[in-house]
Amino acid sequence: MVYELKVNGETFEVDVDGDMPLLWVVRDHLDFTGSKFGCGLAQCGACTMQVDGLATRTCVLPVSSAVGREITTIEGLQSEAGKAVQAAWETAQVPQCGYCQSGQIMSATALLEQNSNPSDREIETAMSGNICRCGTYPRIKEGIKLAAQAINAMEVA
Amino acid sequence: MNSHRFDYSAKFVPSRRQFLKVSAGAGLALGLNLGVAGSSAQQGNSDSLLEYNAFVSISPDNIVRVMIRNTEMGQGPYTGLATCIAEELDADWNQIVCEHAPANTEKYGNAALGSQGTGGSSSVPGGYIEMREAGAAAKAMLVAAAAEQWNVPETEIEVNNGVLAHGNRTSSFGELAVAAARQSVPSRDSLQLKSAGEFKFIGNEELSRKDIGKNDGTAIFTQDIKLPGMLTAVVVHPPRFGGKVQSFDASDALAIDGVQHVFDIEDGIAVVANDYWTALKAKGTLHVEWDDSEAEHRSTENILQQYHEIVQTPGAVAESVGDADSLLAASDDVHELEFEFPFLSHAQMEPLNCVAMVDGDRAELTYGCQTQTRDQEVVAELLGTDVSKVSIKTVFAGGGFGRRANPFSDYVLETVRIAQRLQGTPIKLVWSREDDMEAGYWRPAYVHKLAATLNSDNNPEALQVRVAGQSIMEGTALAERAIVNGIDHSSMEGLVGMTYAIPNRQVELHTTKVGIPVQWFRSVGNTRTAFSKEVFIDHLAESAGEDPLNYRLKLFAGNAKETEVLNFIAEKSDWRNFTASAGKGRGLAIHSSFGSTVAQVVDVTVDGDNFTVDRVIAAVHVGTAVNPDIVKAQAEGSIVLGLSSALSDQVTLTDGLVDQNNFHTYQVLRMNRMPEIEVHIVPSEAMPTGIGEPATPVIAPAVANVIAAATGKRLTSLPLRLA
Repeated sequence: MVYELKVNGETFEVDVDGDMPLLWVVRDHLDFTGSKFGCGLAQCGACTMQVDGLATRTCVLPVSSAVGREITTIEGLQSEAGKAVQAAWETAQVPQCGYCQSGQIMSATALLEQNSNPSDREIETAMSGNICRCGTYPRIKEGIKLAAQAINAMEVA
Repeated sequence: MNSHRFDYSAKFVPSRRQFLKVSAGAGLALGLNLGVAGSSAQQGNSDSLLEYNAFVSISPDNIVRVMIRNTEMGQGPYTGLATCIAEELDADWNQIVCEHAPANTEKYGNAALGSQGTGGSSSVPGGYIEMREAGAAAKAMLVAAAAEQWNVPETEIEVNNGVLAHGNRTSSFGELAVAAARQSVPSRDSLQLKSAGEFKFIGNEELSRKDIGKNDGTAIFTQDIKLPGMLTAVVVHPPRFGGKVQSFDASDALAIDGVQHVFDIEDGIAVVANDYWTALKAKGTLHVEWDDSEAEHRSTENILQQYHEIVQTPGAVAESVGDADSLLAASDDVHELEFEFPFLSHAQMEPLNCVAMVDGDRAELTYGCQTQTRDQEVVAELLGTDVSKVSIKTVFAGGGFGRRANPFSDYVLETVRIAQRLQGTPIKLVWSREDDMEAGYWRPAYVHKLAATLNSDNNPEALQVRVAGQSIMEGTALAERAIVNGIDHSSMEGLVGMTYAIPNRQVELHTTKVGIPVQWFRSVGNTRTAFSKEVFIDHLAESAGEDPLNYRLKLFAGNAKETEVLNFIAEKSDWRNFTASAGKGRGLAIHSSFGSTVAQVVDVTVDGDNFTVDRVIAAVHVGTAVNPDIVKAQAEGSIVLGLSSALSDQVTLTDGLVDQNNFHTYQVLRMNRMPEIEVHIVPSEAMPTGIGEPATPVIAPAVANVIAAATGKRLTSLPLRLA
């Protein structure tokens, strides 16, 4: 069946089964490979995209449920918070293997778009769905705090 | 991977092979000739098409390209080896670009492994001198070219940040690249490497990373590769290890639109489709009958019970100093603990995968390959072809922790078997998380028994160690080097040659036969041995009523490095002024592996049967810290991985069936259970030693030791459970 999807501001038509998860449509059919496959069960967060502004595990979201919604992948990250997170990731030298980091950045961005001054506890709650086996958690937390500072400084200015 | 067969301090002394110019288009390229001296006849001919590839090349567009022979899995060889080259070349950091070297032992062999591959925390220690020399040689040739052009003495030319200068005249590396390639290559003996005081790059904490593209989704992993005509393969593995396919019915699978092939491969069934989701759906419709007659049917509980029984009996003697047996037999005050370690899944974030295309006697592979030339050899053997016809392109690996360096190239051969059947078609094998967790290879389960007597000063007088578990080296290409007189030293590394002064020691090994595929895990045998050693020493300190840090210092008498690290962490953690309060305690552990020494002090809060790790202070002695920020990041990450196995990781079998198959049942550490981590590097100008692994095994015993101090319960099994 043909589905019309809005990904990173562009409209795409894909002819796939309706139960194919959004992750695989985006990766295998639209060739945006920044979002990763880690578990297939919404357990690890590597596949996180923003769907209507919410951090969403797309490895379990059927494409039929994604029609008509604004889908943003790491490739289309344009928001102020998203840019601040990416810059902070560079400053804090967050990634090691890097495989989970697109998902981490998408989750962190969604958090900061809703709460530009999260507490440690709020960061932990928002980020605990994203696993990093390399153990970059301390730097992810530092990165989110750096990004929050940058966003708040921009807003004051 | 294994490091125990090598004298860590000696193994990285560079060979006397000489640098050679190699053809890399216009410009200067330098490689190392692994062959004998005398090949210098080739020098001076800039057009020579030599067989040797380059570690460093400089092109007229002013790019310095560094070929990285180790696999970038996040542990930092891109940045680390580029740092060494940039240092002696006096390059501009921004002009340096890194890429993975192709598979070729002769050109890119790792002296520590005897082949091209990454392991033993050896990438930067192994390249530290060679890469610096490559940079120095390239710089000397640039200087010679500038001197010739400007008609000035070489000694008057200065090189800084990628620019050569003499008076008002300047030139970029790129502008001189072609002229430099015409200069003769300096002999390695003539190269003057910088002293530590002259370093600008080595030890610089501010350098950006060279493994780029990880913050914007552009970094390419195996999973991201798409080739024209490529099909995706998934495999159904037997539910029990050692099971075989008896029969299968693929009619439902083949009826699914987009499914191309279903066929039997060794130990499984391949489903090949246009994309992953289609292949996965088809996999779910297969009806398979398995022949489990030769499969492993035991539960891990039974296997471990058997190990506990075995360690009551003497094993093969791996180390014997003095007469521990007699002293223990004669004593009526023997201190004894038994330790238990579960199977572990590496659970790297990128499930195993590989891309291969076979066309007649040629094969092209692309993946996050960790053992390039071993994989190349086994693929060539499978195809009955020569290694020169098997090309391997390495891409970033989404974590590894040992798993990708499979000694039998399991997932690589699986891909090639499928690709061999579908000649000329690029095949991407994708394991699901369930495949990755259920199909092995795992860190083996073990039981250790440690027994000791104390002398009148409360120091250990005699120590007996018995270890039972599977060998990870048996049957591998490394067996010849790693197993001596039937004893796999990786089984007890860290317990033999112990650095605590104990006059009578006996270490015995029971190598068990179990039908579960096992292999190394980050820090290898140390994942277990550091735990049993450090918990046991702590237990002895407690029995002696002595402070655990002072007790260790006493037993390290004459051991300068461990003593230095302990004193360093005592100061950084303010150990001697800490006072425990209700439910809050502090403990420590120290262990040396891969040439490095790591100590960790841990703060834990205990609340009933629960405990929380609040803070970890780590001290790492790695010799010269080439990239201090990467050293810290590796220590942080190792602590997270080690803490994950201390708190929760374990794979179990019930009647031969795996109980955990994804992250809901294999509950790895997430951010909500993270302690604060503080890493301190012990200042040193010694040769660099490993950091990818040695901080991993220290955290678990440190946590167990705090729990013992806070609750009186000496936990000796991982993961740690108070109830």
